[in-house]
Amino acid sequence: MTALVIAEHDHGSLKAATLNAVTAALACGGEVHVLVAGHNAAAAAQAASQVAGVAKVLHADAPQLAEQLAENVAAQVLALAGPYTHLLFPATAHGKNVAPRVAARLDVAQISEITKVIGPDTFERPIYAGNAIATVQSADAVRVLTVRGTGFDAAVASGGSAAIESVGAVADAGTSSFVGREVTRSDRPELTAARIVVSGGRALGCSEKFAEVLTPLADKLGAALGASRAAVDAGYAPNDLQVGQTGKIVAPDLYVAAGISGAIQHLAGMKDSKVIVAINKDPEAPIFSIADYGLEADLFDAVPQLAAAL
Amino acid sequence: MKALVAVKRVIDANVKAQVKSDATGVNLVNVKMSVNPFDEIAVEEATRLKEAGVLSEVVAVSCGVSQCQETLRTAMAIGADRAILVESSEELQPLAVAKLLKALVDKEKPDLVILGKQSIDDDNNQTGQMLAALLDAPQATFASKVEVAGGFAIVTREVDGGLETLKLRLPAVITTDLRLNEPRYVTLPNIMKAKKKPLETLKPADLGIDVAPRLKTLKVTEPAKRGAGVKVPDVATLVAKLKNEAKVI
Repeated sequence: MTALVIAEHDHGSLKAATLNAVTAALACGGEVHVLVAGHNAAAAAQAASQVAGVAKVLHADAPQLAEQLAENVAAQVLALAGPYTHLLFPATAHGKNVAPRVAARLDVAQISEITKVIGPDTFERPIYAGNAIATVQSADAVRVLTVRGTGFDAAVASGGSAAIESVGAVADAGTSSFVGREVTRSDRPELTAARIVVSGGRALGCSEKFAEVLTPLADKLGAALGASRAAVDAGYAPNDLQVGQTGKIVAPDLYVAAGISGAIQHLAGMKDSKVIVAINKDPEAPIFSIADYGLEADLFDAVPQLAAAL
Repeated sequence: MKALVAVKRVIDANVKAQVKSDATGVNLVNVKMSVNPFDEIAVEEATRLKEAGVLSEVVAVSCGVSQCQETLRTAMAIGADRAILVESSEELQPLAVAKLLKALVDKEKPDLVILGKQSIDDDNNQTGQMLAALLDAPQATFASKVEVAGGFAIVTREVDGGLETLKLRLPAVITTDLRLNEPRYVTLPNIMKAKKKPLETLKPADLGIDVAPRLKTLKVTEPAKRGAGVKVPDVATLVAKLKNEAKVI
């Protein structure tokens, strides 16, 4: 039994979600290899070789892997899939994009967003926005899995000394091309990896208030910013801040929900946080039913007060 | 140009799923069912492309029980021209649905296939990508903007950290994200018109597809309950609790 983790990286370093996927791979019971498919990605391959528990790193490097197009990355994984019993991807936008292409070509089922490894063929995964947990068993010879980061601790990023093996890159599929990217620049921690998240809802009222009220608190706490779908739909926050069933799944040590009522779709994205603080002026807001500390107050008063008190 | 749009019948987004007491699944008896919200966005997008003169025909497809006819009627009320139901009472997993859709694509030869990025029941987020792989076609998942011209689709995608734009050679597969569009309100005259639009019913066997499930669900249980904590009277108490009790700041 050997597992291959498909690393998520920016060519220079590994993305944090890769480390959680390595932990899930180790739980499957066999040796763990990591594939770094990229362009000028030697530094990322080097980082992968140092992750504790990793036995081997496969490094495929070519210009057609630079933009991580699903067609090319999936083909790269398929070219190397032969010896592996488990193929694991972080359940990020990138992993979710590529994994099903691999599974379909192998004619095997994919198990999405696993939160627990029960055995080499049996996994737990949330369904219905986390309102139910399914235990599923795969009858296929190869298990293609996406790993929900909040379900597994991050593997230690140092101490390992895996060999790095260069592997041939697949040819460009040629059916799609990269046009451009608009990246939200931020000095804040990455939302899914942050220790503290400050999240805002529709009650913020506009994008100016969203930034003006929440930023000082997030700065004080060294926190990432998040938002409810309502706030994102209303244009108060960019869509990659959306926390919930169809957005990001987070589980920080501290989650501060300001002006978020707590629809089940939002709770699905944050209810595994260690400590939840809810600030809302509606005493009946569902968010209070899962908050460790609830403060019934106008967020426009309470949030600045909280920032000042820290 | 023709588009195929896949729609799934799911539990309504406003209904809280209840786990069955025998742990075999989620109770769907007497529960309101609707079109999967992301699929509704897919139908709306195809309809807008047709209204803009880019597409000439929109075909809605659903795979599942006979009640999916209602789902398809809704798709036709939004704007699909005709519908195909692949009827099966078996549990259809994403790989099986992707194979059924592949067989229909081979028959119908659409230029575009548009699907929701995930269904809100199983939360798999697989079918579109699997279909693209089986067709050996390019894909753009999590689309927030779609333009079609000159044999290509230019698609803006929602990715971690921002947006990404790809150019796909047609035929291509697109999956929708929430902000692609806001589906129209379905009017009564359009519901009446939809009743007269053609709806063809097939069986998986007619398409030569084996839909036997590959994954076995051993049990479905409730998640660990998270109880309500305490209400605090003011910010000072909150800060004290976070520092001394929770020790997170």
